[in-house]
Amino acid sequence: MKTGFYPGCSMKGSAREYSESLLAVAAALGRELPEIPDWNCCGATAAHNLDQDLALALPARILAAAEKEGMDEVLVPCAACYSRLSVTRHELLEDEKLRQKISGLIEADYRGTARVLNIIEWLSGVPDLESRIKSPFARRVACYYGCLLVRPAGILKFDRPEDPQSMDLLMKKIGAEPLDWAFKTECCGAGFSVSRTDLVAKLSGLILDDAVSRGAEAVIVACPMCHLNLDMRRPNIEKHSGKKYGIPVIYITQAIGLVLGIEAKKLGLQRHKVAVKFPPPADNPPSADAPATAPEKSGQKYLPGEE
Amino acid sequence: MARIGVFVCHCGENISATVDVQKVAATAAKIPGVAYSVDYNYMCSDPGQQMIKNAIKEKNLTGVVVAACSPRMHEPTFRHACAEAGLNPFLCEMANIREHCSWVHEKSDATTNKAIDIVRTLVAKVKKSKALLPIKVPVTKTALVIGGGIAGIQASLDIANSGHKVILVEKDPSIGGHMSQLSETFPTLDCSQCILTPRMVEVAQHPNITLYSYSELESLDGFIGNFKARIRKKARSLDEKLCTGCGLCTLKCPTKKITSEFDAGLGMRPAIYVPFPQAVPNKPVIDRNHCTYYLKGKCRLCEKVCPTQAIRFDQEDEIVEADVGAVVLATGFDIKHGDFFPEYGYGKYKDVIDGLQFERLASASGPTLGEMRRPSDGKVPETVVFVACAGSRDPAKGIEYCSKICCMYTAKHAMLYKHKVRQGKPYVFYMDIRAGGKMYEEFVRRAMEEDGVQYVRGRVSRIFERGGKLIVKGADTLLGARPMEIEADMVVLATAGVANAGAEELAQKVHVSYDSYYFYSEAHPKLRPVETNTAGIFLAGACQAPKDIPESVAQASGAAAKVAALFSQAELVRDPLIAVVDRQAPPLYSTCVGCFLCQTSCPYQAIEKEEIRGRDGQLIKTVAKVNPGLCQGCGTCVALCRSKSIDIQGFSHEQVYAEVLALLNRGESDV
Repeated sequence: MKTGFYPGCSMKGSAREYSESLLAVAAALGRELPEIPDWNCCGATAAHNLDQDLALALPARILAAAEKEGMDEVLVPCAACYSRLSVTRHELLEDEKLRQKISGLIEADYRGTARVLNIIEWLSGVPDLESRIKSPFARRVACYYGCLLVRPAGILKFDRPEDPQSMDLLMKKIGAEPLDWAFKTECCGAGFSVSRTDLVAKLSGLILDDAVSRGAEAVIVACPMCHLNLDMRRPNIEKHSGKKYGIPVIYITQAIGLVLGIEAKKLGLQRHKVAVKFPPPADNPPSADAPATAPEKSGQKYLPGEE
Repeated sequence: MARIGVFVCHCGENISATVDVQKVAATAAKIPGVAYSVDYNYMCSDPGQQMIKNAIKEKNLTGVVVAACSPRMHEPTFRHACAEAGLNPFLCEMANIREHCSWVHEKSDATTNKAIDIVRTLVAKVKKSKALLPIKVPVTKTALVIGGGIAGIQASLDIANSGHKVILVEKDPSIGGHMSQLSETFPTLDCSQCILTPRMVEVAQHPNITLYSYSELESLDGFIGNFKARIRKKARSLDEKLCTGCGLCTLKCPTKKITSEFDAGLGMRPAIYVPFPQAVPNKPVIDRNHCTYYLKGKCRLCEKVCPTQAIRFDQEDEIVEADVGAVVLATGFDIKHGDFFPEYGYGKYKDVIDGLQFERLASASGPTLGEMRRPSDGKVPETVVFVACAGSRDPAKGIEYCSKICCMYTAKHAMLYKHKVRQGKPYVFYMDIRAGGKMYEEFVRRAMEEDGVQYVRGRVSRIFERGGKLIVKGADTLLGARPMEIEADMVVLATAGVANAGAEELAQKVHVSYDSYYFYSEAHPKLRPVETNTAGIFLAGACQAPKDIPESVAQASGAAAKVAALFSQAELVRDPLIAVVDRQAPPLYSTCVGCFLCQTSCPYQAIEKEEIRGRDGQLIKTVAKVNPGLCQGCGTCVALCRSKSIDIQGFSHEQVYAEVLALLNRGESDV
């Protein structure tokens, strides 16, 4: 089983820490993640609004390159890329004529043999994750899935779209207490981050507000866009709502990296706009799901630049 | 020498639009043995039938082939017409050139040629047909009704009142079904139990009705008029004859905290219990999964307090056998439960309840004695949101159909809530309001206008808890899809109506077909709505599709009328299309060698052993014999018979070979 890695644009730019933490986790787990050679833009939100053929050809070219490398799976950590690659694979496998047409456009015979994996599927496939935990992530967390990780459900067939559980289960595995909250899949404002920052401030504000009001110590994300809006746009959010939110937003790979004992800097925790620091352990430490031998450690250790 | 008449139907344009019917008739006339061939616009019409009758008499026809639609549609029509003209009806065959040809092909020469070939095979078959006489079988004039809800009750009473015996089987400890759980009924708001319980008592007292409550159908064999039912009477752990229904045992039972099925999970009941005060029969049953004695081997308190010593801990299930002539399936429906709507928090938040739970909250016999109090903390809810179509008409949830009853009961619920909580604020989220029915639209209007129920056209996207309130997020699509957020104290979901959990298993036991949602299929959606495709088995109520009370009752009476019509005959006449074992003159008597492979293969136990004896009583031969009453003409024995001694009348080896040969031997010039 050969698993390839498609970074997409954000992993090389605004979400460098997502990429850093992922590769650090992969190395710690002893898993190879070769990058797909000569990969291109997935088209994301722009292509499928402009040109249907282009919207399919861009991801098809990426997947065809992965197939050529003999990859059985492609890990796509960005939720938007994951959506584009999954939808393309689905549409081309459903329609033979379209598949031939797109194969002609990309000058490669796309067969659809490589499966598209999101970050949660990939992490859930690690069989011995629990046994590698060095210190559990004993924090109350709000797992934020956003829109594209679980939708369109009919194509992805990954998790239930309105109340997904897969990230919650993964967080439980590493000793965290995932909260039952209401904004798991609500819109963060996504690409409006640039053009309508006011909308993003409002929508992302609602998400943070609900997470904080339920006692979350961190928001866990698996999408660069979600992270951007909840983290980088924090000043806009706070200005809009008139409230201050100290809650850090961290990538799922960073949380897992921490329990594997990887140092914070290697996980890129210092790159966040909102400092990753946790309040002192609560009166009621959520230890129900944590392994009994787990040492209680203060999150202060993870202060950026402290190690 | 055969003299066959061929009658080619245009079926308006159904056939003639793609098949050259004149050419079919003209070509058929040239087939050897065809004495007469004609085409006509509507063969099934009176003049069309008359044409066949006249031709039989004038042309001395020995067989008839009607080239028209499927024999499922008009075979009886044409066979009847032939019989009236003095021709044995089994010498009339239908060549299906509509469903098998004109409907499924484009207009072309090939289509016409296929129609000719179909006619050719049937002409060859009719030439080998033999005159057959119908089989008469007796009818057992007892009906089996499965399910004791309102549909089963109505069907039982109607059949019983027409003078026939009825066996009513109900799986729960009491009859009454879902209707007994309801508080009030739309559109009149009369109390459900007040109108139902007299019927339940009537069932119990009717001399023609035998009630098996807490029982289930084990198996059903046989055929119309002659079914054999095996009924499992589940052990009540009680001698019903001794029990007086005093209820002392239910009061003394120490295990009291068992979720009550009757109260839809909102109330509690003891381990020995009667589901509700007006239960019929009013005899308790011990829930062995919760009873302390069955779990730990100690207690037997009910036995000690019973004044008539009626408790029987060692009672076992009992199998009762019954001969019945007809079966009415009235097994009802359920509503969708469980985790299928996580975004609404159904099953997660105590105050997000379903329609049946609301009925119990509103019912005077319910867990709150009819006071409107929410399940979580018993507070009177000041704002209640009702969500229609929770699952129905929602392909994403796997249910594409409309559950039909929810629009009306949601209006009723909102109304009942408003009647009980005057200052309360009810909201209804809906997609469309489907209030077709006598006084139904008026009823919904009343809810809106007189009781001030706020109707919001739009769907709810999410329900979550915040600060002790249920936040209902939705959109008002009549106000430009304006997003709405309502802080509710309780939410009632009109979850989709679905088939009962055991529906598929029962359908397979009694051999009736069902749809992809496990609702039972009627024989024809318009013209045979209460019959199944299995003769002698009828449908009543919501086991066929979601239905309200008036519709269930009407269908139940319809099913009862069908049963009464069946029972009005002394004998049933069946088509003689059954297997027969060949008989020959002595000294051979039969080609059957008596291997009885056929007997083991027969799914209907229709094959018996027959001893052929000489005049001196000496056994000459043992051969197979088919019981004409039991044989269904499936042909399994024919396929297995090694000496080709069994044949199906009307589909004999000779007839089928003739059909095949007619196709193989046709010359190029024949087309």
